[in-house]
Amino acid sequence: MSVKEATRNSATIRFAGDSGDGMQLTGSQFTNTTALAGNDLSTLPDFPAEIRAPAGTVAGVSGFQIHFGSKPIHAPGDMCDVLVVMNAAALKANIKHLKTGGVIIANVDGFGKKDLNLAKYGPEADPLAEVSTMGYTVVPVDVTKMTRESLADSGLTVKEIDRSKNMFVLGIVYWLFNRSLDPTINFLRDKFSKNPQVAEANVKALQDGYNFGAATQIFTERFTVEPARIAPGTYRNITGNEATVIGLTAAAHKSGIPMFLGSYPITPASDILHGLAKMKHFNVITYQAEDEIAAITSAIGASFGGSLGVTSSSGPGIALKTEAIALATIYELPLVIINVQRAGPSTGMPTKTEQADLLQAVYGRAGECPVVVVAPKSPADCFNSIYEACKIATDYMIPVMFLSDGYIANGAEPWRFPTPDDLAPIHVQFAKPKMNGEDAAFKPYTRNENLARPWAIPGTKGLEHRIGGIEKEHETGNISYDPDNHHFMTQMRENKRNKVADMLPLIEMEEGDTSGDLLVVGWGSTFGSIKEAVQELNEEGHKVSQIHLRHLAPFPKNLEELLRSFRSILIPEINNGQLIKLIRDKYLIDAKGYNQVRGVPFSVEELKRAILSQLNQHGGRS
Amino acid sequence: MSTTDATLTSKDFSSDQDVRWCPGCGDYTILKQVQNVMPELGIPKENVVFVAGIGCSSRFPYYMNTYGMHTIHGRGPAIASGLKISRPDLSVWLVTGDGDSLSIGGNHFIHVLRRNVDINILLFNNEIYGLTKGQYSPTSKEGSKTKSTPYGSLDHPFNPLSLALGADSGFVARAMDRDPKHMNTILHRAAEHKGTSFVEIYQNCIVFNDGTFDIYTDKTSRPSTALYLEHGKPLIFGEDNKKGIRLDGLKPEIVSLDEGYSAEDLWIHDERDHIKSYLLSRFFAVGNQDGFPRPFGVLFEHKRATYEEQVASQMAYAKQKNGEPDLARLLSGDETWVVV
Repeated sequence: MSVKEATRNSATIRFAGDSGDGMQLTGSQFTNTTALAGNDLSTLPDFPAEIRAPAGTVAGVSGFQIHFGSKPIHAPGDMCDVLVVMNAAALKANIKHLKTGGVIIANVDGFGKKDLNLAKYGPEADPLAEVSTMGYTVVPVDVTKMTRESLADSGLTVKEIDRSKNMFVLGIVYWLFNRSLDPTINFLRDKFSKNPQVAEANVKALQDGYNFGAATQIFTERFTVEPARIAPGTYRNITGNEATVIGLTAAAHKSGIPMFLGSYPITPASDILHGLAKMKHFNVITYQAEDEIAAITSAIGASFGGSLGVTSSSGPGIALKTEAIALATIYELPLVIINVQRAGPSTGMPTKTEQADLLQAVYGRAGECPVVVVAPKSPADCFNSIYEACKIATDYMIPVMFLSDGYIANGAEPWRFPTPDDLAPIHVQFAKPKMNGEDAAFKPYTRNENLARPWAIPGTKGLEHRIGGIEKEHETGNISYDPDNHHFMTQMRENKRNKVADMLPLIEMEEGDTSGDLLVVGWGSTFGSIKEAVQELNEEGHKVSQIHLRHLAPFPKNLEELLRSFRSILIPEINNGQLIKLIRDKYLIDAKGYNQVRGVPFSVEELKRAILSQLNQHGGRS
Repeated sequence: MSTTDATLTSKDFSSDQDVRWCPGCGDYTILKQVQNVMPELGIPKENVVFVAGIGCSSRFPYYMNTYGMHTIHGRGPAIASGLKISRPDLSVWLVTGDGDSLSIGGNHFIHVLRRNVDINILLFNNEIYGLTKGQYSPTSKEGSKTKSTPYGSLDHPFNPLSLALGADSGFVARAMDRDPKHMNTILHRAAEHKGTSFVEIYQNCIVFNDGTFDIYTDKTSRPSTALYLEHGKPLIFGEDNKKGIRLDGLKPEIVSLDEGYSAEDLWIHDERDHIKSYLLSRFFAVGNQDGFPRPFGVLFEHKRATYEEQVASQMAYAKQKNGEPDLARLLSGDETWVVV
């Protein structure tokens, strides 16, 4: 029997195993190789918060899903075509993600009595036999045994050899999808450069897995996914947190001023601290503070001194920072606040995604405290959004909140990266020292055409001044309890924030016409799923339009006009309805919501159902 | 630091804002001494920043004609740290109170000390919350009857100097509002010390806790209750300087110089001795009930690398190791592919 070679325009694979099985590494290696092969892709890492939940249990299962194709890909795929399971618990936790008729590559050594017991299958259960009767194709592989045989002469201990099991499996999957081994071989030799024995063992396991796939005819079909027809250019693979780090660093470099990140470790934002800590040569100082409050206040201190202050956290940490955000707002100093949102409230589900901090970002402070709010729509878009956040913060002397989330922070996609010259300039101009003979007292709260006050940094002769959290008099900045002045300054801060809309690009349609029956409005990480859903519905003959908001405060100037051009508005969000509140409040438009708060991204199918239902109820032509 | 502005006077450091502490507040003399000391340091005033938290003492920056930041309650050490780490060229001062730095800001206080950021911390201790009108503070004595503790406070108070030494502060000193000359010396020492300098200043709150430090600060009782420390000098106090403190192993004892002991028998103050400094910080009995006087002066000074120096050297190392920053390379990463 020979193996059939088939070409597909997309595929979805899910790797699942115990937290200790290295599934995130396996998935990210497959992603990288797939990216280099020219496919468009989207990924969804899915891991427990516990570093090592009890081995072999369902709670300890770590997964990584990748959707890739020769067509544009916007979402990580609702269901997978191939499920790789390293043990019984991984099968139990993930079978629901496998398409009918899908392939299961199972490490049979992970289905022993003990494994079945830990996964809470009955003592007589044979889950692999069971699922094969349900229409799935099960490919059993003796991974542990074969990895041990493969590496018998490596000189490593059995325990060390067993750590290469994931590479054996990855080799099999590379064969199945006709992938080059070179990127992963290079990665392994680099990662283990100080331990060549381990590097070569992993390389051998990978190659033997690939050869095993080729030699044993365990598969009847082998797939090729051609390079994607996406916009021409040079691409790299990137996650949201990586793009955020690069965007911040680029902003520091282009602005010509130092950057100071004050941060306190928190899932899923810590990778931003880790990434920026490597950017010291770009004049970026990172400071791991004693708590969330010190993280933001140290950044504010640095901003006063003429650095661009940045702080990174997630919802619970942002809650602790709110008083300091208000301080930066009344100081009118530049500050970038990164919230990589996670499922809440409280500790919630730290490794799961959610969009429920929008109202916190827009309103969540004491007093009238307007800040700018921007949200990236995809991993690569984190770069553009954070770069823009830095520019707004310095142009307008204002705190800017950047709302990423766990899904795009850890998810990856190809990025057509810019050159340094493509990036908008960031002009920072500090107030000039006073000339000899100039007598008038310096006024730190005068304003330019952006309503921004001067950035007068210590060390500048003649500009000595005091700033504080107490209300300040217009222009002089002196303490003032005058009622009219407080009203005036409150409006001034609000007007300045709203004036940012002057520099924002107008919203462009993602899909469909600029008027019609139904407009789907999204923000943040739901972009990819909404886009695929709308595209598919339009291909099926429906008429649906889509816009996606990066700017949540202030809104772009043409939002109202667009909203009023449609008979019906649907706003899908992974929260209980937050953007919808802002839009209903501001425009008195009767938008409808589609809301799920399950810690996972929307599936394309559920969005299609929600949109269809909206079309039928409100927007459909009779 | 530059010494070009040698012609500055204390008046140059006084802002045009009206000072609004209660008449007779101990803060006035501290402000005056700080304004006296500043021109003597030879630092251009545009290079000086006063940072404060919240509380009566924390209004201080508004009255200094330097750069200043009035911040939020307790967070002054963190703001000052971010400023100093990113701008090591500045002279950064933090003015705080017992509530600001030991209660709401306790965390930041201990962390700035252990990191050794080169800022000068002046803690005005009046053992009471003044701005909120008279609640007990973390330095109030047990049993203090205040607005929030009508039956007496149950909290055991902090010993600020022991706490600072426990956090490995490199400079620990105490002064009092009613001895401005001595305070002036200590402020100079704090300014000169490279690394975090911590000065606790006993400050009388005339409205809510009047007289709480009288036993040490009043000129008649001071000789027998206050011990002025000088490096290399024996511990002598009392009327006519007739009392001394000697060490029996690690146990301090009070001896009379009239009764067979001479200065050579006494404990010689050594600012560099961490352990003995800690023993001095424990002279803390309420009202000197154990007979030991309250020490004033520099208890401890130890020089170690400042935090911002180490940050700067890591930055320099990273720049040397990685060469000129290459933004194009950062954007592209190591692995790319071309779509045509």
